[in-house]
Amino acid sequence: MDSISTQIFQQIINGLSLGSIYALIALGYTMVYGIIKLINFAHGDVMMVGAYSGWFAVTVLHLPFLPALLFSMISCALLGVLIERIAYKPLRNASRIAALITAIGVSLFLEYGGMIVVTAQVRTYPPVFPDTRYILGGVYFKYGDIVMLLTAVVLMALLHFTVQYTKVGKAMRAVSYDKDAALLMGINTNNIISFTFAIGSALAAAAGVLMGVYFNTIDPLMGIIPGLKAFVAAVLGGIGIIPGAMVGGLMLGLVESIVSGLGASTWRDAVAFLILILVLIIKPSGLFGKNVREKV
Amino acid sequence: MRRSKILVGIAVLMLGLVSGCGSTSAPKESAEIKIGGNLELSGGVATYGQSVLNSVNLAFDDQNKKGGVLGGKQLKFITADNKSEAGESTSAITKLITQDKVVAVLGAVTSSNTKAAVPVSADNKIPLITPTATNSEVTVNKDGSLNKWVFRSCFLDPFQGKVAANFVMNTLKLKKAAIFIDQKDDYSKGLAAEFKKVLEGAGGTITETAQYVGGDKDFKSTLTRIKASNPEIVFVPGYYNEVGLIIKQARELGIQVPFVGGDGWDSAKLPELAGPANLNGTYFVNHMWADDPATKPFVEAYKAKYNAEPDALAALGYDAAKMLIAAIEKAGSTDANKLRDALENTKDFSGVTGTITVDPATHNPVKSAVILQMVDGKKTLLTHVNP
Repeated sequence: MDSISTQIFQQIINGLSLGSIYALIALGYTMVYGIIKLINFAHGDVMMVGAYSGWFAVTVLHLPFLPALLFSMISCALLGVLIERIAYKPLRNASRIAALITAIGVSLFLEYGGMIVVTAQVRTYPPVFPDTRYILGGVYFKYGDIVMLLTAVVLMALLHFTVQYTKVGKAMRAVSYDKDAALLMGINTNNIISFTFAIGSALAAAAGVLMGVYFNTIDPLMGIIPGLKAFVAAVLGGIGIIPGAMVGGLMLGLVESIVSGLGASTWRDAVAFLILILVLIIKPSGLFGKNVREKV
Repeated sequence: MRRSKILVGIAVLMLGLVSGCGSTSAPKESAEIKIGGNLELSGGVATYGQSVLNSVNLAFDDQNKKGGVLGGKQLKFITADNKSEAGESTSAITKLITQDKVVAVLGAVTSSNTKAAVPVSADNKIPLITPTATNSEVTVNKDGSLNKWVFRSCFLDPFQGKVAANFVMNTLKLKKAAIFIDQKDDYSKGLAAEFKKVLEGAGGTITETAQYVGGDKDFKSTLTRIKASNPEIVFVPGYYNEVGLIIKQARELGIQVPFVGGDGWDSAKLPELAGPANLNGTYFVNHMWADDPATKPFVEAYKAKYNAEPDALAALGYDAAKMLIAAIEKAGSTDANKLRDALENTKDFSGVTGTITVDPATHNPVKSAVILQMVDGKKTLLTHVNP
């Protein structure tokens, strides 16, 4: 009996560490969707670029973890703004499907362009954290687990604070509510949208570095599956709603962990997408969403 | 749709013209022997094809410097890239045989690409040697009939599984094993099935059979489940990319039992991925060990020429090339039928991956395997296993 409860606790730890990565990526999806109603499919690949710039900072520039994390977040924030300015801004008044297809294009560009630059070979992160392991009542976790969870929670709290209590955050909410009205009130919507992309991409970069450090391997196509999973997490929590993305991400991580723990590891991805389908059927606005009737 | 059909039609016509032209020119006694290479030089497993290409060139250059074969004829290696795709493999071997008029073909590297090339070699009656295709259906069809023109220089998947199971039972003296396999990969499944059969036949038990999907990064949940089944060893017949992560995460979860696997582990990346200390207490079946006296001269020559450590694929490619050279000398000509018979009767050929005897009934080599132990990230030889 004791071994079963140990197993359950172990699976919860496993799930939370995976879930915090999903949550960080999901936040970027949700913010961009919230503000310009675009599903930014290139988001997972921005995470990949973040993982590589973190790798570059650690192995070539020999930076410790926190500066490397910052370096990666800043470079991806710039990349996010660049992508928005070049690829999405010219299409802001075009149909939504045009922007969506462009997003897929940007995604493929980053994946295969990345393959040319860094080659398709898998790279390994050098050990950034001490390899300390803790055992608590039969449950194993390592130093990296704690750092990962802490980093994710701190970043999410910071984001929540920015959106709710700063002037920029207020402007972001205003643009999200009604872009034209915000413009009339004297808000520079272009800058606010760029800012949103910058924050979202920086969070994705953080997720990328954490993933690289945690799993020890990075490759140019590493962003595809976590990107899709994070999208599921964002929809699960209610796309466009920031706390929803956090809860959705953590929940998805836990569900996957439990499914694998029950011996159905090959069904893990299927279950994740099944959740997406069920949410879309039963509560399309997500766990935290309100049903808003669209005006015609 | 129609346009592409017309294009294909034109291409076929042109091909006919080109090959027609080729055959009208008078065949003159040439001073060189052309050998084809149907290799994965680009695409998903391009590094495999490159390894084989390097080692075949090494073997041929070596032979040419010694005065060639059949009294002074030089060997010429003509390659065609199959882009790591089965369809391209068929066209690559067709080009080699019909246009380049090669007397034998080396390659392809993977089982599926080799299978795609087998019918072409049979139709044209040209011997084919694959260095590395380990699937049993490459030489013997599902209905039990032999592919007369196909040979190989490597051992098969079931053999590796058997060697691993015997090693666990007899050397490690452990009986309770968990198996963790890549559910989409025939290689992984083939090894696991034989491992299970042999282990259970000898009185062992399988505590848990878990699966992953190639490309996964997080194995902790499944490993937690494996841990709960209390195995004495874990058998992971996968490729190094996943195996490295699996072993690292298993050690992090406190699974300290030995891990055993197959030749898919053989990569310099494995210690990087898993961490050298985590690999202590892990073992895998392989084709060769680089510091073996029989292998060492090859390893040094390869390093001198290409400035890289040869992998098992390179060693097997070298043996395939040497096997072919020996067969040409034995046949005394490049006549396809004589060459085929000579290959079929290969006996006690001593290659860098062990002594090879071809079984005429299956065209599979009877050869030994090695079991390597990882010690602080370095491969060390534990034992030779004879079939």
